[in-house]
Amino acid sequence: MNITLRVWRQKGRDDEGRMVTYKLTDVSEDMSFLEMLDVLNEKLTLENEDPVAFDHDCREGICGACGVVIDGEAHGPEVTTTCQLHMRSFNDGDTITVEPWRAKAFPVVKDLVVDRGAFDRIIQAGGFISAPTGTAPDAHANPIPKPDADRAFDAATCIGCGACVAACPNASSMLFTAAKVTHLGMLPQGQPERASRVVKMINQQDEEDFGGCTNIGECAAVCPKGIPLDTISQLNRDLLGSLSKGIG
Amino acid sequence: MDVRLNSNLEWQTVANSTLTKKRSTAYGSTVALKSAMAASGAILVLYLIAHMYGNLKVFSGQAAFDGYAHSLREIGYPLLPESGFLWIFRIVLLASILIHIYAAVTLWARARRARPADQRYQVKKRVVRSYSSYTMRWGGVLIALFVIFHILHLTVNVIAPGGRSDSPYERLVNGFQPEFWYVTLFYVLAVIALGFHLRHGVWSGLATLGVNQARRQPVLNSIATGIALIVTVGFLIPPVAVTFGLVS
Repeated sequence: MNITLRVWRQKGRDDEGRMVTYKLTDVSEDMSFLEMLDVLNEKLTLENEDPVAFDHDCREGICGACGVVIDGEAHGPEVTTTCQLHMRSFNDGDTITVEPWRAKAFPVVKDLVVDRGAFDRIIQAGGFISAPTGTAPDAHANPIPKPDADRAFDAATCIGCGACVAACPNASSMLFTAAKVTHLGMLPQGQPERASRVVKMINQQDEEDFGGCTNIGECAAVCPKGIPLDTISQLNRDLLGSLSKGIG
Repeated sequence: MDVRLNSNLEWQTVANSTLTKKRSTAYGSTVALKSAMAASGAILVLYLIAHMYGNLKVFSGQAAFDGYAHSLREIGYPLLPESGFLWIFRIVLLASILIHIYAAVTLWARARRARPADQRYQVKKRVVRSYSSYTMRWGGVLIALFVIFHILHLTVNVIAPGGRSDSPYERLVNGFQPEFWYVTLFYVLAVIALGFHLRHGVWSGLATLGVNQARRQPVLNSIATGIALIVTVGFLIPPVAVTFGLVS
């Protein structure tokens, strides 16, 4: 298949950046989107041009590195990561627009690569438990109801790719923060710091200049891991609980 | 170490006494602002339902409608001075409106900062975003302008199309005569904007206050649609009935 790519090119943080159009011929529909970009980069290298910088690591949909906005949707037309998106999701002759995540908290480093350090700092603010865990306890030593374990696990599947922020009309990271708050809040190990965790994480989120949540649901709709929208309500409940106890 | 075994609250107190005393901002966080918006919105929605119920009394004739309007001034009398309850009610409503607008403007500014104008997407696709959520901000502005006009028209009667009157019934009938079609049109547009505002607002408010759970989500959305429809239709009936001569 033949495609036309419109790609955001930006030399560095301070460069203004612009869309550049490339034509690619003989693209296999079995290629992943990243493999298609690899082909483009080989071509650019042979032509002595700077290859397009994009983040990628595991290429099996579990690391969360490869986020880009494709034709206006985070990770493109399928609900998956960009590395698991295949060219068969597009048609011969398509023009495909590729842009980096757009948020003040995610500054563009180069081309399609953004700095997602803001997520790390939200986790550092409270997305952990401080209990000394020692060796692994017996599996039945601490019984957890099955629905709670399932919900904790569903929330824990967040890979921190940032698609929620990219898709949110307010560039809010609520789904990311809510996933971590829910994950730890459903488990007994997360209880001692539960009330302070949500406060610290929300404060850090605001500090990083993410927007506020308006419950539109674009985040959950594009999340490659299917983090449910109601985790945000759980975060809100936890935060209001903390504030009413004077923990703020 | 035994402190850790105690309640969340004590753990927090102990932790804070040893850490840097950073002035926390969770009471002014995006989530707290959203909650203030949801709570003030809830008061306004309850008021709207009561107001709509009062309006429908127009079909019981002039005596019933004016009698109802007068009775509002006598609630709590003689315990409260005449119109005392009404003024307390008005102050609560005004405070709710101001809180609602303050939170909206602040969150809007934060959202703009989170994705500045020069970082917009060139191509952006809506995935699940509804028209009602899309029109929340400008719809809200339209509703605010309408409320000012509405009070000047039917409460204070400074703007009096069709002539002034001490009778609320006559103000209503005079104001929505066919020759003042533009007054009716503005009313109809504002009420439709209100319907869209409530459709997303009621759902979003409930989610913000922590009510949303995955299996409740369809129910909450139905509640929002139901309230929006009832309020829209309920407010549209009286003026349209006047315009078409069903009430005179």
